[in-house]
Amino acid sequence: MILDEVKKTYVKDLLRHGKRADGRGLLDYRDIKIEKGVLPNAEGSAMVTLGGTKVVAGVKFDLAVPFKDRPEEGIFMVNAEFTPGAHPEFEAGPPGENSIELARVVDRGIRSAEVVDVKKLFIEEGKVYGLFVDLYILDHLGNLTDAASMAAMAALLDSKVPKYEKEQLSRDKYTGPLEVSKRVVTCTFEKIDGKLVLDPTVEEEIASDGRVTLASAEGGLIVAGQKSGRAGFSREEMMQLIDLSLEKGRELAEKL
Amino acid sequence: MGGKTDKKLIENGKRWDGRGIKDMRPLKIEAGVLKQANGSALVEWGRNKVLASVYGPREVFPRHMMDPTKGIIKFRYSMAPFSNIDEHSRSGPNRRAQEISKVSRHVFENVVFLEQFPKTMINISCEVLQSDGGTRVAAIIAASVALVDAGIPCKDLVSGVSVGRVNGQLVLDVDKYEDNFGESDIPIVISTRTGEVLLFQADGMLTKEELETAFEWAYEGAAKVREIQEAALRKRYSEAPARD
Repeated sequence: MILDEVKKTYVKDLLRHGKRADGRGLLDYRDIKIEKGVLPNAEGSAMVTLGGTKVVAGVKFDLAVPFKDRPEEGIFMVNAEFTPGAHPEFEAGPPGENSIELARVVDRGIRSAEVVDVKKLFIEEGKVYGLFVDLYILDHLGNLTDAASMAAMAALLDSKVPKYEKEQLSRDKYTGPLEVSKRVVTCTFEKIDGKLVLDPTVEEEIASDGRVTLASAEGGLIVAGQKSGRAGFSREEMMQLIDLSLEKGRELAEKL
Repeated sequence: MGGKTDKKLIENGKRWDGRGIKDMRPLKIEAGVLKQANGSALVEWGRNKVLASVYGPREVFPRHMMDPTKGIIKFRYSMAPFSNIDEHSRSGPNRRAQEISKVSRHVFENVVFLEQFPKTMINISCEVLQSDGGTRVAAIIAASVALVDAGIPCKDLVSGVSVGRVNGQLVLDVDKYEDNFGESDIPIVISTRTGEVLLFQADGMLTKEELETAFEWAYEGAAKVREIQEAALRKRYSEAPARD
């Protein structure tokens, strides 16, 4: 608690001079490393390192029963697991609200942009592919959302679709790579004492008053948005963040 | 979002229920509808029916959540199992409801003077009794009225509306049918006094220009919602007998 206050003051003092503890500009990302295919048992996987933040995404396919109102569509689902080793405040147990929010924001962007055509995940009446993206947060040094969304997208790009034969999914024969129509990435901004900062560290998140995450895709599209935290944002700020995330999003998408 | 229907969602500038693209559904708000709660409000917005209740400031439970510097807010948004036109759903908040509860709580952490109530909590609970699209915004505007009804000092009322896109056209105040078969849903809640955006969520494939228009329309819509919220509170305080 007291340590948090110290960290807050430190972050805010630096920002007053337009500076960040790691020397970055306010709208710079930390170093990004994306490795695909790190977990060969999964049908697709990717490890993303964003500064010190580490997220691994695994894609698995399963046989599933379609939702009643979407009988001709496969099932696409994103889940996030905040592993207890990733941060002293993470505890094992059912997903908390932060984990649910993160998974749903990542899911919303990919789903809205129709990155995966769920109609192509149809097998036969009453039987479809379930496509499960699980995001494992391994080390939390800030900005889990952007790291996780890159990991999810990279893992989808790495995925191959198992062949359906003899009433089950083969785990060694594939129909080919998963078709991916767009590259969706998120950009997360924190508002700290009225200043907007991209790609926050964990200390900056503690100091933050509020956050906006915007997911963007090729063609200048915003495909998902989420405002979170106590702070309000003016309309002008919102439009500025939309511009910035379209610009920064293009740079991120190229790294995938 | 993303379902398919043969029915035209917009024809000759009219929506499927006869509304123009910027027409909102009829909105009715009544404050002080519950006896036990410190504050309450019922919002009927089109076919939506949302009941908000407020308790507190009161002792924090569980105690480890207590903040010695300010009060905390607990916000529950929940859809009743019978609220949907489709099937019976499980009782209590699901993942969607938990996310909505979180971002809605943030709205009120902004406007309630929490520093005045250290070591206490305020419970806001919104039960969606009938849902027809736009329930999170309906819940938040109900909660805002209920907070004032409870006499809890707030910087402002919060007001909002959802903008959507159907058949490539932006529309104000999306209903369930438009949300199911439309291309986008953008709920926005603002503080009309400061003009700050307090809740913003979006899905769909939207251009910058569309988002700009969405904000413009949401601000216009929120101003109308606010008038109705104020009228409900004025009515509550002028007619109702004082509570203990």
